[in-house]
Amino acid sequence: MPGKLKAKIVAGRHLPVMDRASDLTDAFVEVKFGNTTFKTDVCHKSLNPQWNSEWFKFEVDDEDLQDEPLQITVLDHDTYSANDAIGKVYIDIDPLLCTEAASVISGWFPIYDTIHGIRGEINVLVKVELFNDLNRFRQSSCGVKFFCTTSIPRCYRAAMVHGFVEELVVNEDPEYQWIDRIRTPRASNEARQRLISLMSGELQRKIGLKVLEMGGNAVVGYLQCFDLEGESGLVVRAIGTACTLDKVSSGSAPNTNTHVHPNTAPASNACNSPSKDGKESPLAHGCRSTHNSPVHSVCSSQRLSQNFSVSVPTLIFTGMGSGGSAGKEAGPLKTLLRQHTQTALEQREFPFFTLTSFPPGFLVHVGGVVSARSVKLLDRIHNPALGNTRSYKLLDWNSVTADEPETRDAWWEEIRQEIKSHAKALGCHAVVGYSESTSICEEVCILSASGTAAILNPRYMREGCLDIGSTDHRFEDPSPPSCGFCHIPYDELNMPFPAQLTYCYHCRRQKVPDVLFTTIDLPSEAAVTGKGCLIQARLCRLKKKAQGEVNATAISNLLPFMEYELHTQLMNKLKLRNMNALFGLHIQISVGENMLLGLASATGVYLTALPAPGGIQIAGKTPGDLSNEHHILTIQKRINDTIAKNKELYQINPPELTEEGLGSPIPEPRQRSRLFRSHSESSDELSELDLSHGKKDAFVLEIDDTDAVEDIHSLLTDAPPPTGFYSCNTEIMPGIYNWTSGIQMFTSVRVFRLSNANLTNQGLNKIFTDLCENLLKSFYFKLRSMIPCCLCHLNFTVAVPEEELIQVAVTAVAMTFDKDQAQEKPAEKPINKGSSENEEQLQFPLELCADVSSANTQPSSKVSGTVSLLTPAAKLCQNQLVMIHLPGVPESTNVSSRAASVDYGSFADRCSTWLELLRLKAHTIRRGSVKTSRRTQSLAHSVSSLERCSPLPEGRSRSLRSSRSFGGSSVTVVKMTPLSFLPGIRIIKYLGIINMFFIRETTSLREEGGVSGFLHSFIAEVFAMVRAHVAALGGNAVVSYSMKECVLMENPNKNQAQCLINVSGDAVICVRETDQEPTASMTNIGQTCCSANDGAT
Amino acid sequence: MAVELDVFVGNTTIMDEEVYQLWLDGYTVNDAVKVRMEGGVLDECEASADVLLSDTMDQYRTFQMCERLLHSPAKLANQLLFQIPPHRQTVLIERYYAFDDAFVREVLGKKLSKGTKKDLDDISAKTGVTLKSCRRQFDNFKRVFKVVEELKGPLVENIRQHFLLSDKLARDYAAIVFFTNNRFETGKRKLQYLTFQDFAFCAGQLINNWTVGAVDNMVEDMDVDLDKEFLQELKELKILITDKDLLDQHKSLVCTALRGKTKAFNEMEANFKNLSRGLVNIAAKLTNTKDVRDFFIDLVEKFIEPCRSDRWTAADMKLYLTHYTNSAHILDTFKHQVVWDRYMGVIKSCIFKMYHD
Repeated sequence: MPGKLKAKIVAGRHLPVMDRASDLTDAFVEVKFGNTTFKTDVCHKSLNPQWNSEWFKFEVDDEDLQDEPLQITVLDHDTYSANDAIGKVYIDIDPLLCTEAASVISGWFPIYDTIHGIRGEINVLVKVELFNDLNRFRQSSCGVKFFCTTSIPRCYRAAMVHGFVEELVVNEDPEYQWIDRIRTPRASNEARQRLISLMSGELQRKIGLKVLEMGGNAVVGYLQCFDLEGESGLVVRAIGTACTLDKVSSGSAPNTNTHVHPNTAPASNACNSPSKDGKESPLAHGCRSTHNSPVHSVCSSQRLSQNFSVSVPTLIFTGMGSGGSAGKEAGPLKTLLRQHTQTALEQREFPFFTLTSFPPGFLVHVGGVVSARSVKLLDRIHNPALGNTRSYKLLDWNSVTADEPETRDAWWEEIRQEIKSHAKALGCHAVVGYSESTSICEEVCILSASGTAAILNPRYMREGCLDIGSTDHRFEDPSPPSCGFCHIPYDELNMPFPAQLTYCYHCRRQKVPDVLFTTIDLPSEAAVTGKGCLIQARLCRLKKKAQGEVNATAISNLLPFMEYELHTQLMNKLKLRNMNALFGLHIQISVGENMLLGLASATGVYLTALPAPGGIQIAGKTPGDLSNEHHILTIQKRINDTIAKNKELYQINPPELTEEGLGSPIPEPRQRSRLFRSHSESSDELSELDLSHGKKDAFVLEIDDTDAVEDIHSLLTDAPPPTGFYSCNTEIMPGIYNWTSGIQMFTSVRVFRLSNANLTNQGLNKIFTDLCENLLKSFYFKLRSMIPCCLCHLNFTVAVPEEELIQVAVTAVAMTFDKDQAQEKPAEKPINKGSSENEEQLQFPLELCADVSSANTQPSSKVSGTVSLLTPAAKLCQNQLVMIHLPGVPESTNVSSRAASVDYGSFADRCSTWLELLRLKAHTIRRGSVKTSRRTQSLAHSVSSLERCSPLPEGRSRSLRSSRSFGGSSVTVVKMTPLSFLPGIRIIKYLGIINMFFIRETTSLREEGGVSGFLHSFIAEVFAMVRAHVAALGGNAVVSYSMKECVLMENPNKNQAQCLINVSGDAVICVRETDQEPTASMTNIGQTCCSANDGAT
Repeated sequence: MAVELDVFVGNTTIMDEEVYQLWLDGYTVNDAVKVRMEGGVLDECEASADVLLSDTMDQYRTFQMCERLLHSPAKLANQLLFQIPPHRQTVLIERYYAFDDAFVREVLGKKLSKGTKKDLDDISAKTGVTLKSCRRQFDNFKRVFKVVEELKGPLVENIRQHFLLSDKLARDYAAIVFFTNNRFETGKRKLQYLTFQDFAFCAGQLINNWTVGAVDNMVEDMDVDLDKEFLQELKELKILITDKDLLDQHKSLVCTALRGKTKAFNEMEANFKNLSRGLVNIAAKLTNTKDVRDFFIDLVEKFIEPCRSDRWTAADMKLYLTHYTNSAHILDTFKHQVVWDRYMGVIKSCIFKMYHD
């Protein structure tokens, strides 16, 4: 019985006129939580009522606190007839359950009605008193923090990354229940909104429980999605990465305390989904054709050895090779490293990470993109007996429980297994940048998952990151951070597909692939030449209308072709831009009744470490035909011109001369000169080296039919952004470092109606491509006043809402930058992503919480054994111990410990070779860590003393004030961005996750300005509600904002439309970089204790 | 094949001032696109006509949604739907309440009734201001009028506070409200040469000097009505023309002062009695609402026109009125100095303003 929720209704304003006679309203408010309802007095005849109610108190379980929203209904009192509802406010009180997040919710909330939209505002105060409950078997997971951000949130450091968490809950969709025939659309919409709110709460609570079980305290990269399966129900599912986060006091420099991690449950328990064996039966409900064993269809050189009888699962990867090609010294280390990580990671069911950007050094090697798709038939399962008890309890009208969650679990389990095996095939033990999605049309559902196969650093202890890898002496390191992640993770002799490997152009010591595709953000320390750009592949495929299994089979047969074509397009466009790597690759395949849409977006860059891409060569099928030959020549010329132009546009001038200055240890003069020659001339000459095979395949386009001509045309029609604009779909634009503070987040939706005429695939492709291109052009035009600016995190979502409709929704942020310095990377700072990043340069130890026993049996047990057995008090020494044993691990620059690493810098400068460094390292580390920990200790003392004078609540109110005064108007300015940071602005506190679901319906579509008017105001309303909630939490910005769902249904003939929108993000308090907010109030006590603890050792 | 839906919503509401003006001016989307194309936006940004159309539609929708808020500008600052930076809010409001002088000239002093609204299409045809824009401006006048009509305290200040307008615009609206409330006739042919700014100036003079609020700011009354007591007292001025001695004395004082200072002296001397009668009669009649309405036409007919036909220069006019006013103080039998000053002060500045071609 652990919580008391208190709510107070203060006032209303701008209420609508409910009584035509008096032009006024007699408003009162109902406050409901769970099954308890309170009412305020009626405030007669006022559009700006002052209720000033008493505190309404609800005594509830924390389980309910997590699941249920506080429901506030504003009504108009009517003496003779039923009271009319004005609208509702749902307040998610989850942020109040975290001690670190918000302590009170207070502010003006828009009163929302699903039929009329926003109708006035209401001022509400909400507080929660939580009692401690140490019950081990508790069902709630209060206190677990959630972040949508797909990196370690600023102002935190990861003490431990536990790994993948997932959960899903299912229920019947109220819209499809019999009762819907007799209730009003409003009642139905509200039932749906409430249900989804409950389900999200429940899902979050369940995930929280899993996190606690793993010993974590937070979920990072939390991705929650809805599947509106229609008749067969509603699925809410979420994935995320469990972590143990420590709060970092902003601005404080070195912070070497190690988080004392209780060695809790093994990670293999992380995923509670049932074992695979038990899952074979539900396959009957799916489409059989999709369950053939997956094939690793390899298409690194555009030759897709695809077994077409096999369905969906496709693996795209580029770039792989062996770690064995490294120098002698690196070899054993690497083996150790791999063994070490694998033991830990392989015990997990799914070594997946939803994070897309990592602290330097965490990512060792990247293999390539792995993805899997599966087509399923949605089928209602009649199994009323064993339902989801929770939802049963919540929804008393729900007499028959919907689909069992186990079926969906099993589907995802299959896909994840596939991803895992793909990653293995790439020689990788983990998948990063992992995400899942679905596309549903009638009863067919495509499940997709994708990620980037990678090898992660097994280091747990942060002390290790201190020395190596700082910019000055990255060449002493076996894998310099600026290129290390590009090095192939697999055995050169044992490659699963043909690829062209070269020695890394950066360090010249290890092999790299010719092209690299990933789903993650560009690592901040990566060396990049020139700027990046958005690259999109778009594809439409017609399919016959069909039902059931026939339909599913048809779709799954089409999918591999689509993936292949998308991949080809991406590759060609990449070459056309003279780039060699893709980041943030996201391939979406959307299914409609008569077509499939494929959209692949990524950000292309030229990685300095990878070889220059070859050009594109056009070849005709029928030589001798003169006119044809001429035609080919013209096209070839155009392509060459485009490449040259792009080279200039994106400032891709591989650093030939600068590299000479940096003495890299290995390259013999002969090889180098050849490399340079290949830069200056057509890079095809590179093939002399060791990439002769397959080269031709990769770059030759044959024009043998109209299709190919079409392809080439589409290749060339992609217009570059106008001068002053850049665009990318990653967090930030590679090659731009000096962001200024101007930002504009926007959402844009376009729906295109196809004519009834018989459309060909080509025609459709053209339409689809134009649609996307025109959208981009529109953005450039609208945002022209922000030039020079970059559209970041361009997130396209495509859908086929009806037979003849194509819907594209885009959310992105435009950010201004300073043109003058745009070219140069700040020399001293290897991390350039938003200036605010430096603070939380972190230790990012990967949790290897293998059982103590099993770890002990490993050959490398010396390391893992000591870790798990040592007591916290001895932890510090033991950290050093570990570091001594892992000297070869590539370490990252640790900026947060700038002060500390100065010692190293000077020390390391004196080491001429990395071998020497290696020998000395153990010593260095010990010295360094002792020194820094002492430093922290004193710092911690000062912090804690400060803290005593300014207790937390005060700190909060202060920041509240400061954020409120922001902008000077009576409404708090709330910035929104899909990125994890705001340029020039420092996030000082995370207030909790925002996860909102709204339905809007209208029966007067024309009067509201048609579909466009309807959706325009709805999106504006959604923004307004998000901002209001953030402001009420005391925040002034939303980061990692995304619109997950935008489902629009229209019936212009009936003058009706309905739209569902789901948005999410992290509410934060931030201050301008230059403002010095007292940091003490933001420091958490736990950390101080930790540091003190360390000091004691 | 067509774009069925096309929206773009920014967290900070994006508004192009040029498009806003086109919207305010009542251009249709297509016309606005044409104007913008001619303006050359496309060349700057390598965009196509489609892009321009889409952008214009978006902005028009935004403005339409904002319009409701602009009707009570105070709401714009604390509404939650649109996040608009304060300086931009000011621009939006100021522009929304801005009006065309040509249009306002047509409705100035008219009753803001449904009847007038019906005639807007004629006004639109006459002035070249689009009907849509006419309606907006008309509704703005009416809205401002309705709100401040019943409010106490200084008129300009009330308008500024309720509609968050700049001082200049608030003064113009005060003039409009004042003219509407007193139904001053401004439409006669003889008044056509006067601009709105002429009238606005006069209104300012009247508001500042002839209303209740003008005498005593503490009085809780309105600025929109003329001071009834003052109007009654004006009747006393009649003595200046009814008393033969006083009239002659006044004339001789003025003439003495003017002699040799102007070329128009002879005309001044000859017309003195006529002109003086004209001005004093205007004053004496102001108790009748009907005559209040004709105030400006009377000024023109009784004073400005005769002077103009005698080819007085503006300097002549100034000279004459100054001495005419001041000389009255020297008349020993004339006891109504205060009322006289209050009256003539306004008349003087109004006539100065109105005396042009």
